[in-house]
Amino acid sequence: MSDNAKEIKPTDWHSPEMNARIKRRYRKEKWFKGLGFTAVILAAMFLVTLIGRIAGDGLYGFVQTSIELDIPFEESILGNPREMSKADFEENVRRANMLRIIDASLQGHFPDVKSRRDRRELLRMVSTGARAQIRDMVLANPSLVGTTERVRLLASDDVDQLRKGRIDASEPEANRKVKDKELGWYQKLKEEGRVSLNFHTTFLTSGDSRDPELAGIWGATVGSALTLLVTLAIAFPIGVLTAIYLEEFAPKNRLTDLIEVNINNLAAVPSIVFGLLGLAVFLGVMHLPRSAPLVGGLTLALMTLPTIIIASRASIKAVPPSIRDAARGLGASPMQVVFHHVVPLAMPGILTGTIIGMAQALGETAPLLMIGMVAFIVDIPGGVTDAATALPVQIFLWADSPERAFVEKTSAAILVLLTFLIAMNGLAIWLRQKFEQHW
Amino acid sequence: MYKMASELETMTETRKPKMLAENVNVFYGTNHAVKGITLDLHQDEVTALIGPSGCGKSTFLRCLNRMNDTVASCRVEGRITLDGEDIYASRIDVVQLRARVGMVFQKPNPFPKSIYDNVAYGPRIHGLAQTRTDLDEIVSTALEKAGLWNEVKDRLESPGTALSGGQQQRLCIARAIAVNPEVILMDEPCSALDPIATAKVEALIDELKGRYAIAIVTHSMQQAARVSQKTAFFHMGDLVEHGDTTEIFTAPKQERTRDYITGRFG
Amino acid sequence: MTDHTVKAYDDELRDLRAIVSRMGGLAEDQLVGAMEALNEFDAVKAAAVRASDKLLDKLEIDAEKAAIVVFARRAPVADDLREVVSSLKMTGLIERMGDYAKNIAKRTLAISEMGPVALPPILDQMARDARKMVQDVMDAYVHRDADLAMEVWERDEALDNLHNAAYRHILARMMETPEKVGVLTHFLMIAKNLERIGDQATNVAEQVFYTLRGVMLEEARRPKHDLTSTELMTGEQ
Repeated sequence: MSDNAKEIKPTDWHSPEMNARIKRRYRKEKWFKGLGFTAVILAAMFLVTLIGRIAGDGLYGFVQTSIELDIPFEESILGNPREMSKADFEENVRRANMLRIIDASLQGHFPDVKSRRDRRELLRMVSTGARAQIRDMVLANPSLVGTTERVRLLASDDVDQLRKGRIDASEPEANRKVKDKELGWYQKLKEEGRVSLNFHTTFLTSGDSRDPELAGIWGATVGSALTLLVTLAIAFPIGVLTAIYLEEFAPKNRLTDLIEVNINNLAAVPSIVFGLLGLAVFLGVMHLPRSAPLVGGLTLALMTLPTIIIASRASIKAVPPSIRDAARGLGASPMQVVFHHVVPLAMPGILTGTIIGMAQALGETAPLLMIGMVAFIVDIPGGVTDAATALPVQIFLWADSPERAFVEKTSAAILVLLTFLIAMNGLAIWLRQKFEQHW
Repeated sequence: MYKMASELETMTETRKPKMLAENVNVFYGTNHAVKGITLDLHQDEVTALIGPSGCGKSTFLRCLNRMNDTVASCRVEGRITLDGEDIYASRIDVVQLRARVGMVFQKPNPFPKSIYDNVAYGPRIHGLAQTRTDLDEIVSTALEKAGLWNEVKDRLESPGTALSGGQQQRLCIARAIAVNPEVILMDEPCSALDPIATAKVEALIDELKGRYAIAIVTHSMQQAARVSQKTAFFHMGDLVEHGDTTEIFTAPKQERTRDYITGRFG
Repeated sequence: MTDHTVKAYDDELRDLRAIVSRMGGLAEDQLVGAMEALNEFDAVKAAAVRASDKLLDKLEIDAEKAAIVVFARRAPVADDLREVVSSLKMTGLIERMGDYAKNIAKRTLAISEMGPVALPPILDQMARDARKMVQDVMDAYVHRDADLAMEVWERDEALDNLHNAAYRHILARMMETPEKVGVLTHFLMIAKNLERIGDQATNVAEQVFYTLRGVMLEEARRPKHDLTSTELMTGEQ
């Protein structure tokens, strides 16, 4: 053999060139590490800034300023519960002009405010929701009539902004929304200890409103939940079955290749296009109710399907062929192989994909705008055919509102949305951890 | 001039084969993977299929229980019979065939389920047990036959994947024999195992011989020599030589066989 | 023949083969030396033959070790297996040949003490035939010539016949000259030794044949015309 004839020159591991090469290599590695670290820090800073800003604004969205006033529950206005029937009394309370009560109360506090204009402005410091608040109190406890109670009433958004320091009292009067007069009233109330900042349950329990202090996200949350329910009910079974069929049963030919390519392309289609499709098909052709979670869900299902199909196929593909062989070798039919072995093993992946698809759908705005889920809806939707809005659309609407107080509502809503998204992703991770099989 | 021992045997051989492949050709698309192979498997024998990688031995083995059916581009020609019945005939139910012709794979592939469920799976889908007691009986018998019972009887509910490689492979064998097959096909069953686990599986194959017709594909010459009574040497899709294992390993008739088993291919 | 993929395997087999053929050559030399010593009644030569048997014994042990190494490391099969097993057996057979040559040398020493006696020419004839058999069988081994091995094997019959003739001849001379019966008994044993060397060569031929062809030369086909042990010899011819 001539193999041994060729002598290979021994390598000099300590030559200057070799040392220089090693130094160069280390330098490159250091650079690369440094760049990577900088990139991570930069990204982290962006994230911290974003979250910090949203949280800074948003946390104020969960609290609301109240003004404590001594409210005289006057019999002349509310009626006497002992003298009329319960129904008559309640009817009377509902019709009663609560503004007169509040006005009377404010007169007690600010006896020197006399002009009609000033009195109206004084009234405006209290939220329009205060009327409903008093009404509900009386309805719940008719024995209040005839007494005077210290009641914590919702302040108007201007007062709220003042309390939260969003309106700068040191600026000249012309530049600020609150006039000096109002500022004086506010200062007086504050000195009396009547202004307080409290957790605002209304935000979490009510629907949208023109008044920021009355606006809540519960309506949007329910709308989103209903929409997602529809999406899940449509997209999950269709997506998973499609994936199973394509992966396990479909013959490998041009047609299935074509379908595969199209599904992958669909995943990249801008979501607004799905909105247009939903508008054309579900509203235009099928005449389903506008602004309803049903239509929103169907549209989002179209958008989510490719995600679910792709994720499901990937996780079905990841089931080792040896498991299929094992089952087949024992005489399991193709259906048994798939449903006894492949799908259970792929389920964590399928669920993860589905949840991520759902999270995507939850955060989606554009297709919902197209199908009219952008309407101003005060009522909490009771079913999938009721008009509703969704969380991201609500955020969009509030972000568009001129009132200063809606800024923090927007941020608060974003926080709620983020909480849901994080919870869903967390669920996905948990599912993966819990059910992932090792083989 | 000289009467070869195996020729003498074929002359006196009147036993009916358990499985008989006659002139079997397998194509993957245009690739002729198995070329005109005729081979018989007998109830009381272990037949070793040897040959270099890609010689068609595994492909041929997979024809015997129609595992190749799932490969779309695969076409099988010729006749393969089980007890005289053509297994590629339309009236044959492939699911039943695979229960009758069991298979053990190269990599131990227990289901990610409990040991009990692994063994019970086959009997369950084929409805071999009417009651839980019957099923328990089948499972314990199969595990005993596979020589695994003493090692796992106290932890039947623990996952099959938690066993050692050798135990997993014996679990797979137990799983295969739980459906009471007539033929067991083994595709390199020890290639992923250490020598001790290999020895245990080989001892098990010796135990099983006689109850089942066994065909085993192996890359280990020594294993073929150890466990089989008949050896078939495949090369480039041809069955080069088929005969008594002792004959093949002491005095092969074909030069290709000799070159392969002595390590002269190169 | 194609080489093994593992070159060291070929080397090991070649080493083993070299030992076997060297032993064959030595045994042949010993036979030649013993016969020369016998013809010349040369005690020195005879002693040299006896001494060289030690080397043969050592080579047999070397061959055994080499064969065991091949078994342990290569797990030989097919022709390799036959080769190694046959080598083991052949070294035993060749060593025996050496023993027989040594025995002839020993007897030469004894005869030379008894005074010169005419060597029956038939013994020379036998020695030539036996030597040719050893030579040819080793050629067959070295050149992997199964036909030659077969031919050697068939020649055993002739040597046996020659031995029968020598036996009768020496027996007749014993009757004619009873006073020389001591020396003639040695001749008788030498004839037996030569016949045994032929037998060993035949056995080696069988091993060579089996190595090359993978088939045993059946015992049944073996020419058995050595009648000395089965026939009652009377010497009346």
